[in-house]
Amino acid sequence: MNPNLPNSFRTGPDERGHFGIFGGRFVAETLMPLILDLEKAYADAKADPAFQAEMNGYLKHYVGRPSPLYLAERLTEHLGGAKIYFKREELNHTGSHKVNNVLGQIMVARRMGKKRIIAETGAGQHGVATATLCARFGLECVVYMGAVDVERQQPNVIRMEMLGARVVPVQSGSRTLKDAMNDALRDWVTNVHNTFYCIGTVAGPHPYPMMVRDFQSIIGDETRQQMQEAEGRLPDSLIACIGGGSNAMGLFHPFLDDPSVEIFGVEAAGHGLTQLHAASIAGGRPGVLHGNRTYLLMDDDGQIQDAHSISAGLDYPGIGPEHSWLHETGRVTYLSATDDEALEAFQLLSRLEGIIPALEPAHAIAKVMELAPKRPKDHLMVLNLSGRGDKDVPQVGDILKGKKS
Amino acid sequence: MTTRIDARFAELARQGRSAFVTFVMAGDPDPATSLDILKALPKAGADVIEIGMPFTDPMADGPSIQAAGLRALKAGMTLKKTLEMVRGFRKDDDSTPLVLMGYYNPIYIYGVDKFLVDAKTSGVDGLIIVDLPPEEDNELCLPAMKAGLNFIRLATPTTDDKRLPAVLANTSGFVYYVSITGITGSASADSTVVGEAVARIKRHTKLPVCVGFGIRTPDAARAIAENANGAVVGTALVDALNASLDAGGRATPKTVGAVADLVAELAQGVRGAKQAAE
Repeated sequence: MNPNLPNSFRTGPDERGHFGIFGGRFVAETLMPLILDLEKAYADAKADPAFQAEMNGYLKHYVGRPSPLYLAERLTEHLGGAKIYFKREELNHTGSHKVNNVLGQIMVARRMGKKRIIAETGAGQHGVATATLCARFGLECVVYMGAVDVERQQPNVIRMEMLGARVVPVQSGSRTLKDAMNDALRDWVTNVHNTFYCIGTVAGPHPYPMMVRDFQSIIGDETRQQMQEAEGRLPDSLIACIGGGSNAMGLFHPFLDDPSVEIFGVEAAGHGLTQLHAASIAGGRPGVLHGNRTYLLMDDDGQIQDAHSISAGLDYPGIGPEHSWLHETGRVTYLSATDDEALEAFQLLSRLEGIIPALEPAHAIAKVMELAPKRPKDHLMVLNLSGRGDKDVPQVGDILKGKKS
Repeated sequence: MTTRIDARFAELARQGRSAFVTFVMAGDPDPATSLDILKALPKAGADVIEIGMPFTDPMADGPSIQAAGLRALKAGMTLKKTLEMVRGFRKDDDSTPLVLMGYYNPIYIYGVDKFLVDAKTSGVDGLIIVDLPPEEDNELCLPAMKAGLNFIRLATPTTDDKRLPAVLANTSGFVYYVSITGITGSASADSTVVGEAVARIKRHTKLPVCVGFGIRTPDAARAIAENANGAVVGTALVDALNASLDAGGRATPKTVGAVADLVAELAQGVRGAKQAAE
């Protein structure tokens, strides 16, 4: 046993935003006063029953929660092992789990009197959720998106623009999610007086990793209750894909102190771990970027390396700091799935269950295909189906056409 | 302990003038040309030199300095080579203060303790690390002070009176006032507003206050120098360098002169300032 194991895995972060050595507040001085304000505003909101009540109302009537916990009978039968349940986050308004967090942050932004919202987006799911809530509450919305992602996720770009957001294609660096985050931070530094930065994942400076996790924990809280109703007990294992890791953290966090529950995060292995990939834990080490210390892909000089994944939402060279800590403490096991494995899972799920998943959770499904057959039939496995695949249909269609010819 | 930075500001105070602080990116456009530029700066009128440590993800920098860092990285620049460059400069110049400016990750990966020893022995005098606010002082600021290096903090328009003492607490050498909320090379600062901000900071500290971001011309440099202990110019120099490169982004015979000539012009502006702020 590791002697440094905490009594509870659910008490972090400390008051300085640290999960073990990870996390922190590595930002420019210009942003620091605002981050302290945000920390206070969020603490106030969290303690205010009226805030919770208002949020619960929107979660129910606008987002459509609770999302179902669905027994995937045909996939279970096909794999011949564990009983597989899907937490259907793809049925939420806007098509993914992202809306849970955006709703929370927009309500905090309103409390702070901020009228202009900025966001970074990879696959566009966070951007769409942000554009949606900004439309709903009459706020200005600017979304930074890597130029490569603008190209491969056109349906979401069109959606954001229809919702009244301005989408800024980012041309710097690898022109993907990392660079979108750099430009969002540059915007924030410039417009700090009136702008709220709505971060899409459990990363960035404290309090973002904690706040986003809290807003996403509704996924795990519901799962716990729904599994109790369906099976009368806790699940035996949880599995979710990880880019920054917000859908995974939302599912995992309420179960971290239940030792009987095995937990798996799935990173994107791209072309494979010895080639271009986006698996920060498998292929990276601790460093400092975008406001926090966490596992990052980088070279010997500390220069950040370009990530690669078929899925724009996982194409990021880092991971949320709490995941880094859960990895080091051994509480969560981090696996990875390649582009090809994800594509195969994408097709299998579409045909077996009539659900076209987003490419992001297709990575987690790929590992379900590996893990479930090795588990007994009474093993209860929950997959977080974090997003729907509509946005990926043109891209996957092109890839499959290319493979045939 | 007195560093070259302390000595230089004391000397300038005796002369009754403000400092001209120049920023160049280490290794831009290549390590050899970059060292030549560095060596030309004091003669052209730079009183203090900030050397950018290239980083792939410079979150507080505008397009010019982002591009400069990427040119340097493409030319093979590393933190180790930046320290070699400092040693090269120190062979002929033991008095001009050198401040390394950049982001924390390359230093963290180099190893903080090893970096501080190597930086000090190479002839570095101070550090400006954009993404290390006082909340993270244990990381590098406190060890740097112990190692005899100045840790120069950025104060910004959002740093209010309540927060200033925390920002100034472990600052030494000078205070770098970022005159705008924004990234390098964007909006320009209004010298009257800057003057008020500098006066506000000076109510809290005896350290010299230098002002940067948005200064591009000799007139702007003069106006700032009349209101502060120093004016910092970076993007304008990086732009002059960039304009001198060939189509492939390589140095030309004009490159070193292009930077040195602009430094000389801007230094005239700073030296033409009526009276440094006290």
